[in-house]
Amino acid sequence: MADPAIDANVTPPRMEVSEEIAVQITDMNKWYGSFHVLRDINLTVHRGERIVICGPSGSGKSTLIRCINALEEHQKGRIEVDGTLLSSDLKNIDKIRSEVGMCFQHFNLFPHLTILENCTLAPIWVRKTPKKEAEQAAMHFLEKVKIPDQANKYPGQLSGGQQQRVAIARSLCMKPRIMLFDEPTSALDPEMIKEVLDTMIELAEEGMTMLCVTHEMGFAQAVANRVIFMDQGQIVEQNEPKEFFNNPKSDRTKLFLSQILGH
Amino acid sequence: MSDTHAQTVGYVRDTMIDEQPAPVGQTGAVKWIRENLFSGVINTLLTVISLYVIWVVVSHLYPWLANSIWDAGSLTECREIRDATVGPDAPAACFAVITDRWQQLVFGFYPPEHYWRPVVALLVFLAAIAPVLFQGIPRRALWLSAAAPFVLFALLWGGSIWGPVAVALGFVIGFVVYRVLLPLAGNLAAVLGAIIVPLLYWLFLAGPLAGALTSVAPIGLEYVQSKDFGGFTLSVVIGVSAIILSLPLGILLALGRQSNLFIINKISVAFIEVIRGVPLIVWLFTASLLLNYFLPPGTNFDLMLRVIIMVTLFSAAYIAEVVRGGLAALPKGQYEGASSLGLDYWQSMRLIILPQALKISIPGIVNTFIGLFKDTTLVVFIGLLDPIGLSNAIRASTDWNGVYWELFVFIGLMFFIACFSMGRYSLYLEKKLQREHR
Ligand SMILES: Nc1ncnc2c1ncn2[C@@H]1O[C@H](COP(=O)(O)OP(=O)(O)O)[C@@H](O)[C@H]1O
Ligand SMILES: [Mg+2]
Repeated sequence: MADPAIDANVTPPRMEVSEEIAVQITDMNKWYGSFHVLRDINLTVHRGERIVICGPSGSGKSTLIRCINALEEHQKGRIEVDGTLLSSDLKNIDKIRSEVGMCFQHFNLFPHLTILENCTLAPIWVRKTPKKEAEQAAMHFLEKVKIPDQANKYPGQLSGGQQQRVAIARSLCMKPRIMLFDEPTSALDPEMIKEVLDTMIELAEEGMTMLCVTHEMGFAQAVANRVIFMDQGQIVEQNEPKEFFNNPKSDRTKLFLSQILGH
Repeated sequence: MSDTHAQTVGYVRDTMIDEQPAPVGQTGAVKWIRENLFSGVINTLLTVISLYVIWVVVSHLYPWLANSIWDAGSLTECREIRDATVGPDAPAACFAVITDRWQQLVFGFYPPEHYWRPVVALLVFLAAIAPVLFQGIPRRALWLSAAAPFVLFALLWGGSIWGPVAVALGFVIGFVVYRVLLPLAGNLAAVLGAIIVPLLYWLFLAGPLAGALTSVAPIGLEYVQSKDFGGFTLSVVIGVSAIILSLPLGILLALGRQSNLFIINKISVAFIEVIRGVPLIVWLFTASLLLNYFLPPGTNFDLMLRVIIMVTLFSAAYIAEVVRGGLAALPKGQYEGASSLGLDYWQSMRLIILPQALKISIPGIVNTFIGLFKDTTLVVFIGLLDPIGLSNAIRASTDWNGVYWELFVFIGLMFFIACFSMGRYSLYLEKKLQREHR
């Protein structure tokens, strides 16, 4: 593999996928003005699934997962998250956002708050958790991502990898049932990619439902149970990782894989 | 072959170099003077010219100040003292006008037996803003700060204390209405209710209520009319009220201008552009003349209050633009980070966006405040007796006819102290936030 960050030969841990549906997207379309950015997207995600979304830049990957927590609104079709239909009703949107965690390429930590405050903010204000309790939970998750000793620093004092792990911990503090990742490692220096991917793998092993936009193919092979390839706003191919990498069906996928893996 | 070891292959340093002082002549005052004042022909020329200008100014100012006379009852008396001590035609400032009339410059025509009230009011004000300006004071003190405006009003204007109490009650009513409506009817309805109900209360109920309470329990200080306010008391009251009111209004306007809601957006834009596009003096004339035509006949809407409202609106438009700059400077990711955690609009604004945007905007905001405070001197044109107005009045008396510079120097100095303090505070705040967030 061209990707040294993850050892792809490790056998994927047994991770259960249940019959329960976490996200259901039906005939979803989205336009930016007159630009048809997502076209007839159909996607069903079961609870416990780890889905990796890849595709060339500009193919609409970010837009797709941002539609799932309504950071972008779609114009046609249905998106159901955890049984709640995404509509323009603000109550619904806030509810879904508080149950769907999201990690961004540039972390989007709040620079004016300490790491601990970053993590307790949403539980305190959205979930109305008492401060003490929220801080305990936050420390728990900061330990999980292995940076409890940085709790009182500000984001600007941390390395990129640490910041991204804080961002993951911050999302986990809301006890989300689904996690979305939008290229979480592509703004990181190579030596920091592994620490973030390790955290994500751990999360997957605990049965978190995950949708990850990433080009870390090692990660895809290690934890994904499905890989989705997007191009020009459409889902072009999806398959389980082995088949997807060893035996891609469409020409676009083949071309993309050959470029990204440097074959 | 290179002559330094470092550029040859296979070099290993065996001794480390100790820290050494820089060569003499490369540090200290001499170096600074040479580099900054005499580093070339043009620079040397500029230095010489500047020195000459400084000399001219100082040589005129110094004797004027050094010979200044502080104890005299009138300008004529001043001149007599000068003739006797330093000789006729010698320059001598007559600051006796300040010692003689400072009370007027500071308090205007406020009744002398009540001079303590503005003084106490200033102390209350300083105590009230302390928890806002400086950390380390318990947050609970902010509740007292919220009550301060009403206390200040009762102190400065006096009259029955039930007036301010009845007005304050309106805010409590608004808050209660918001809390009650929020779970029942949603955010928009709650906000509208929290605006409309108190307005109705103020228009129809507050007056009678205050009247009734006063007839039952007439407590309060002696009433002082707005027209008796003057001097720095007037400037500070107008300036401080407008500063405190214009900040929240400006922030709301900035948010409105950013909003996706069509009507709110357009109203904010129109308000900002119209207010900003017309000189303050025009708005002040509007306040003093035109509003009388619009208000129902018989209502005697206090001129000072009108001026405060106008100055507030005026600086709010500027604050809005300054804050908008701060908002625009924040990366989009901050908004998305906040939304993705489920924070609603007001929560993300209050907890995430505004703290950062305001931090960026501090220099601009304080700059606007400094401008506002100095602009309060414009009220002299609509007949209010601010320090400038009073200096005219003082000059109009036979005693002090002909005194110009001394009064202006004093007034200028007072304004400078106030504005300079604001500027220093802004620097302090910037530094503090910088330290905290990095
Ligand atoms: N806010 C926007 N307005 C207009 N076009 C956009 C916007 N955001 C993204 N796009 C366009 O939509 C397409 C898909 O973007 P994106 O989902 O970010 O792609 P990816 O994440 O796959 O690189 C791109 O062509 C991009 O230029
Ligand atoms: Mg993207």
